[in-house]
Amino acid sequence: MAFPFSAIVGQEETKLALLVAATDPLIGGVLLFGDRGTGKSTAIRALAQLLPPMRAVAKCRYGCDPDDAAALCQECRARRRKGALRSVRVAVPVVDLPLGATEDRIVGALDLERALAGGQRAFEPGLLARANRGFLYVDEVNLLEDHLVDLLLDVAASGENIVERDGLSVRHPARFVLIGSGNPEEGELRPQLLDRFGLSVDIRTPEDLPTRIEVVKRRDEFERDPQAFRAKWDKADAQLRRQITAARGRLKRVSAPQEVLEKAARLCMAIGTDGLRGELTLTRAARALAAFEGAAAVEATHLRRMAAPALRHRLRRNPLEEAGSGTRIERAIGELFGA
Amino acid sequence: MDGARAAAVEEAGCWDEALMAAALLAVDPAGLGGVVLRCGPGAVRDAWLGHFQHLNGGEAPRRVPAHVSDGRLLGGLDLAATLRTGRPVTEHGILAAADGGMLMLCMAERLTAAAAARITSVLDTGEVVLERDGLAERRPTRFGVIALDEGADADEHPPPALGERLALHLDLSGLGGRVLEARCGVSRADIPSARQRLGTVRAPQATVDALCETAAALGIGSARAASMALRAARAAAALGGRAEVADEDVILAARLVLAPRATRVPAPPQPEPERAEDAAPAEEDPRPSAAEGRDAESLDRQPPETPPQALPERTVAATLAVLPPGLLAQLQGQLAGATRARTSGGRGGAPQRGQLRGRPIGVLAREPTRGARLHVIETLRAAAPWQRLRRAQSGARATRVLVRKQDFRVTRFKQRTQTTAVFVVDASGSAALHRLGEAKGAVELILAECYVRRDRVALIGFSGRGAQILLPPTRSLLRAKRSLAGLPGGGGTPLASGLDAARGLADAVRRRGETPLVILLTDGQANVGRNGKGGRPAAEADALQAARLLRADRTAAVLVDTARQPRPLTAQLAREMGARYLPLPRADAGALAATVRSFAQAQAHTSRVVP
Repeated sequence: MAFPFSAIVGQEETKLALLVAATDPLIGGVLLFGDRGTGKSTAIRALAQLLPPMRAVAKCRYGCDPDDAAALCQECRARRRKGALRSVRVAVPVVDLPLGATEDRIVGALDLERALAGGQRAFEPGLLARANRGFLYVDEVNLLEDHLVDLLLDVAASGENIVERDGLSVRHPARFVLIGSGNPEEGELRPQLLDRFGLSVDIRTPEDLPTRIEVVKRRDEFERDPQAFRAKWDKADAQLRRQITAARGRLKRVSAPQEVLEKAARLCMAIGTDGLRGELTLTRAARALAAFEGAAAVEATHLRRMAAPALRHRLRRNPLEEAGSGTRIERAIGELFGA
Repeated sequence: MDGARAAAVEEAGCWDEALMAAALLAVDPAGLGGVVLRCGPGAVRDAWLGHFQHLNGGEAPRRVPAHVSDGRLLGGLDLAATLRTGRPVTEHGILAAADGGMLMLCMAERLTAAAAARITSVLDTGEVVLERDGLAERRPTRFGVIALDEGADADEHPPPALGERLALHLDLSGLGGRVLEARCGVSRADIPSARQRLGTVRAPQATVDALCETAAALGIGSARAASMALRAARAAAALGGRAEVADEDVILAARLVLAPRATRVPAPPQPEPERAEDAAPAEEDPRPSAAEGRDAESLDRQPPETPPQALPERTVAATLAVLPPGLLAQLQGQLAGATRARTSGGRGGAPQRGQLRGRPIGVLAREPTRGARLHVIETLRAAAPWQRLRRAQSGARATRVLVRKQDFRVTRFKQRTQTTAVFVVDASGSAALHRLGEAKGAVELILAECYVRRDRVALIGFSGRGAQILLPPTRSLLRAKRSLAGLPGGGGTPLASGLDAARGLADAVRRRGETPLVILLTDGQANVGRNGKGGRPAAEADALQAARLLRADRTAAVLVDTARQPRPLTAQLAREMGARYLPLPRADAGALAATVRSFAQAQAHTSRVVP
């Protein structure tokens, strides 16, 4: 049983980034980097319980969406030709990628059991298949072997997993939000990978005493009686769940006025992000936030709140600068938006 | 005489507390996560482990070597059983098997960050998630960990991510090998009832507040520490037969859990200006109070005699009393900004298998000879489609898997020779830090290069009488940056010592299978010899000799001359070292970075595919 999302003390930016990614999965993943013992994993496991259930094709190994004909897997296409697809309500998958996982289990491989017993050549889907339409969580992503990180980012970007091994040739949909977490003291992430994540959150230990006391108190309360604690927060969690569902429905209708787009572009130019990805992510995230908060159009305040998580990992990094990219963004925002 | 008596009393107190920690761990092994036991092998450690095992019901903990493989730790395909039965059989790893018991990590200071992360994720979630060798399984497991820390110097520690999750940190290395008589009032019979009581022990708000305040006062960042301390306090209350956590439980928990994690000394209650101003008296200042506090605490376990103090203050005071005086001095020094960053948990030795062997780039159909590693799962996959045919041919009805020579698959590794840039920085008075500031642009560029290529960096500083490794090889640029920022300056120029330290570190780097690149930043004005004595001619001769030794090892090197007026002797030193010579006035940062880049590219060409 996971800690309730609404009961997480502080960590506003983490919660915001996760909720925005839940609203618009096309944001492109979330990176949580920071101090130990700040509840990174807790937040993600809490998110898993928060997500509203989804409809999926019954018995589909990839959890295809029956309403999205374009994204169906080969098996579901075959099923559809035979008749209407039966659907069931399932929980949105939040799949853990444990360190030490081997490549065959990540991408999928020849089903050994069936091959050994019956001589059949069958594909056994891996973690990428299980994560389709959901979230894939890698704790200590900076300790994962480089070639596995490359593989994950590649599939996350294309939304499709192509398996060519063991005499198998399989392709299946694998659209998921990649969530990575880690501690920079154990080694940094390659800069090439950093900007492949949509949002990046810099997690710091809360400094003020009342917050810290509250963290320990709630943790203790939860550990003593998880059921009662969950019941206490059920209402707040349900409210958030409804808000996510509503936001998803509203997302396409939220307009982005010209002057807001211009502001986003000017902000990116002012702080000198490389390429257009920063700008695209920033507007997308601001739109998701607007939808989440029930606004009809993206406003400057939405841009402002998403600027740091959308841009801080895209700045040309000076490895010796302690101040970090957050202050640079703050400064640029102050200049552009008027304090 | 008096000193000896005080020391004995102190040792007894320390041992007492260690035994108490053992009792707490026995009450709630999984909740407390476990213990980091810093102590060399010997009678003291055996006595503590024996005592704990006795309290914990006699079951011996499962020993895990530091070089444990993923297959053994997490589980994997049971090859023998799979071949025998003809279907995949899972072999459970150590972590799953340890359920309900204790895990003992031997030489935990040599455990890699990657192996530690596998263990900590299981500690966090309470289950082993196996996604290996075509197997997908989850198995719940709860256990406590005893991490044996045999680190020889202050820099050698178990991976911080692991230490963070083990509530109790005991340092018995100061006990001098004499085993003291067990004086802890807890007997084996007390444990089961305490375990039963544990679930119902209440913790009043004031106790939570006190622990959080103490953690904050000691500069402990992680929220986990206070949670751990709260669990320890509960265990102590359960052991004492109390239904509610009492003040003495809070104080004990703070001493056992929070004190070892302290990163700073809290500001004294009454402002004492001279303490903040002057770093020198700080060294002797905390000592008397610490010794007094410990005396009072160990002789009778009564709370201090000043009742008007509130629980948080008393907890902080009691915790301070157990901080070793040396640590206090060290922390005080850090406050003055004189020493390096606190998180220097560098681990030497233990080579990371994945790195040493390069990255696996698939398999090759070949027999596993000449040390090549058989890729079991791919071999079985290759054999699988033929089973029916082969059984028919051989006429055997057996279900075992028939593997033929042509099925063998071995793992191919691509071995990229990794570079470790060893910065040797002259921090003497003559080199002056402002000159170093000018070199900093170059250093930044090199670091940025290292960052992109994921090279590792290390930092050696030399000044005054000798050289010091300020940062063991790491990939964390954050730490490199912090150590550089905290580099103390001033004093003579013991150039030879700096070069000797560089040679030692380069050798260690080579033994890990990596390639060292020494980058020496100096003005070349050697004036302190190897023996620590002043005198320019002798110092220069020593430096030249050290340089020749470096060249004899064929260590690639760059010498950046930071002097305003480069002297011929420095250029000669570069020649003797076999180093590229870059006088700073002419070498802009770009040229320096280009040199380093070309070196790294030359290394990249030596990448090879190892079957």
